Amino acid sequence: MNKMVPLPSKAIVPERDADKLPILDVRHLGIDFGGLTAVDDFNFTMGRTEIGGLIGPNGAGKTTVFNLLTNVYRPTRGSILVDGVDTLGMSTHQVNKLGIARTFQNIRLFSNMTVLDNVKVGLHNSTKSNLWASVTHGFGYYKAERQAKERALELLSVFHMQDLAGAEAGSLPYGAQRRLEIVRALATDPGIMLLDEPAAGMNPSETTELMENIRKIRDTFQIAIMLIEHDMSLVMGICEGIAVLNYGKIIAKGTPDEIKSNPAVIEAYLGKKGA
Amino acid sequence: MDSIKKKRKPLTSNLITLAIVCVLFAVVFILVETGNATRHMRSMLVPICINIILAVSLNLTVGFLGELTLGHAGFMSVGAYAGCLFSIAMEEILPMALRFPLAMLVGGLVAACFGVLIGIPVLRLHGDYLAIVTLAFGEIIRSIIINLEFTGGAAGLKGTPQDSTFVIAFVVVLITLVVIMNLVNSRHGRAITAIRDNRIAAEACGINVTYFRMLAFVIAAFFAGVAGVLYGHNLSILSASTFDYNKSIELLVIVVLGGMGSIRGSVISAIIITVLPEALRELDDFRMLIYALVLIVMMILNASPRFAALKGKLNYKALADAVRAKSASSKANKGGQTHE
Ligand SMILES: Nc1ncnc2c1ncn2[C@@H]1O[C@H](COP(=O)(O)OP(=O)(O)OP(=O)(O)O)[C@@H](O)[C@H]1O
Ligand SMILES: [Mg+2]
Repeated sequence: MNKMVPLPSKAIVPERDADKLPILDVRHLGIDFGGLTAVDDFNFTMGRTEIGGLIGPNGAGKTTVFNLLTNVYRPTRGSILVDGVDTLGMSTHQVNKLGIARTFQNIRLFSNMTVLDNVKVGLHNSTKSNLWASVTHGFGYYKAERQAKERALELLSVFHMQDLAGAEAGSLPYGAQRRLEIVRALATDPGIMLLDEPAAGMNPSETTELMENIRKIRDTFQIAIMLIEHDMSLVMGICEGIAVLNYGKIIAKGTPDEIKSNPAVIEAYLGKKGA
Repeated sequence: MDSIKKKRKPLTSNLITLAIVCVLFAVVFILVETGNATRHMRSMLVPICINIILAVSLNLTVGFLGELTLGHAGFMSVGAYAGCLFSIAMEEILPMALRFPLAMLVGGLVAACFGVLIGIPVLRLHGDYLAIVTLAFGEIIRSIIINLEFTGGAAGLKGTPQDSTFVIAFVVVLITLVVIMNLVNSRHGRAITAIRDNRIAAEACGINVTYFRMLAFVIAAFFAGVAGVLYGHNLSILSASTFDYNKSIELLVIVVLGGMGSIRGSVISAIIITVLPEALRELDDFRMLIYALVLIVMMILNASPRFAALKGKLNYKALADAVRAKSASSKANKGGQTHE
């Protein structure tokens, strides 16, 4: 997909891609947990370089949607097309190879490994080193490792984290852990990246910086980004399209301005006023 | 930002482990060659090597993959019987120099095949369940061997050529160390440790978790099998009863004592745990009691953060820094002198 995208931050103006095959096409997606319908009739498409937002009150089913998209959960109904390919029955790692990368609401780093190794795990499938090379440290092992290291440092530099490469991931401050998760996801060379509350726990200045970086990532890597966020200034600031989820159902879809003035959204967030 | 922990470079650490092992070997080898080792001491050398191989390979599943497996003795026994039967069959046909390495390969591969067969059902499980089921499989293997004709049954297998020597066992230790340390510091090893740290995240990074769990399990089984072959060729009778769960637990004790995921730790603790019961032999009746007490004390010491801090102070990095500081200051002195 974006195999060796050079990293200079020269912004490429995203081409409008309405006429292209969407990177993600979700139809009538739904899942039941026992009697609880956590997500129902979820329809959503993402253009190849779009930034989309998924918002909704706590427990609305947002994270569940991400778990469905990455085949952590098997849907009860509906279909998911990634780059035109139906992911039904695939396992999570296969979906990643198809082009979906993600971060987690409750950070999931490889906390005993170094920052560099975390990113190298993200580069797993693009590191060309077979079992024999791994066991003998010959047969192109050093070349593959060097390339992986260079690429990892390049990716870390997106968030100016290259100096932390040797640190233990679990000992990083909270904000840096969230950024590292994004870098690791980016390392898997995705077509679309799903960010689950990337700004959670960040202070306002960190959030602003993150917002700029998300846009920069989209521009340089030419990928789609879908994010779940409770920070409305971030969502409204960078998302081109937003879907609002409540009790597992989409209650509104549109541009930030449309969402802001949508009465159903206001009701879902603030409760019925004056009723 | 003081809380950010820097990790040590694994490559240097591995070289130090290899250096320690080689120096130990050289010292012991010289003692033996100059006739300074008692028969009793010499008889312990191959068993020490065998336990090192077993502990280091078990550490791959317990320390690096993060799954408690209690069937390592089972794989050892499968390898031992396969290798010994091979050697008995080939005794007249092949010279020892060819037969013994082949026997180890056969033993390792047969154990690896059992690793695959057992891994398929067992690796669906995690944690306590996996531990108990591997324990059960180890016991199943043992009772099957006892009830088979061609393995010599309960009476044991006789007639294996006694090919195991300290030098050969040491070479196998070196190979095991290099292979496992290389593996751990590679794309494959990273995948295995990533699964340990966070399975869901590893999967989301495109790692085929089933494959890599199996890989770690099978490689560990292979080396357990090789260790079994060494064991079988070190005794005149191979008896299945030695491969019971006590052996598996002893190996687990070695790994836990040495530290999960620490290869050097496994090596050192394998030596201690093998030598300790023999060293306590004079104490006779109190032997097992003292052994247990020493184990408890060592475990408590090893788990205490203060002892870890002490070890950290004594590590090579501190030493290296001290040496560097010294040489830097002496250089500075020299530089100053020439300028004057
Ligand atoms: N594995 C599961 N088994 C049963 N119920 C589940 C499971 N996963 C999620 N749910 C339920 O689905 C609903 C949606 O949960 P989800 O985590 O998707 O919410 P969310 O929108 O991400 O909320 P938050 O903003 O708090 O993160 C909740 O009622 C939750 O209890
Ligand atoms: Mg959530």
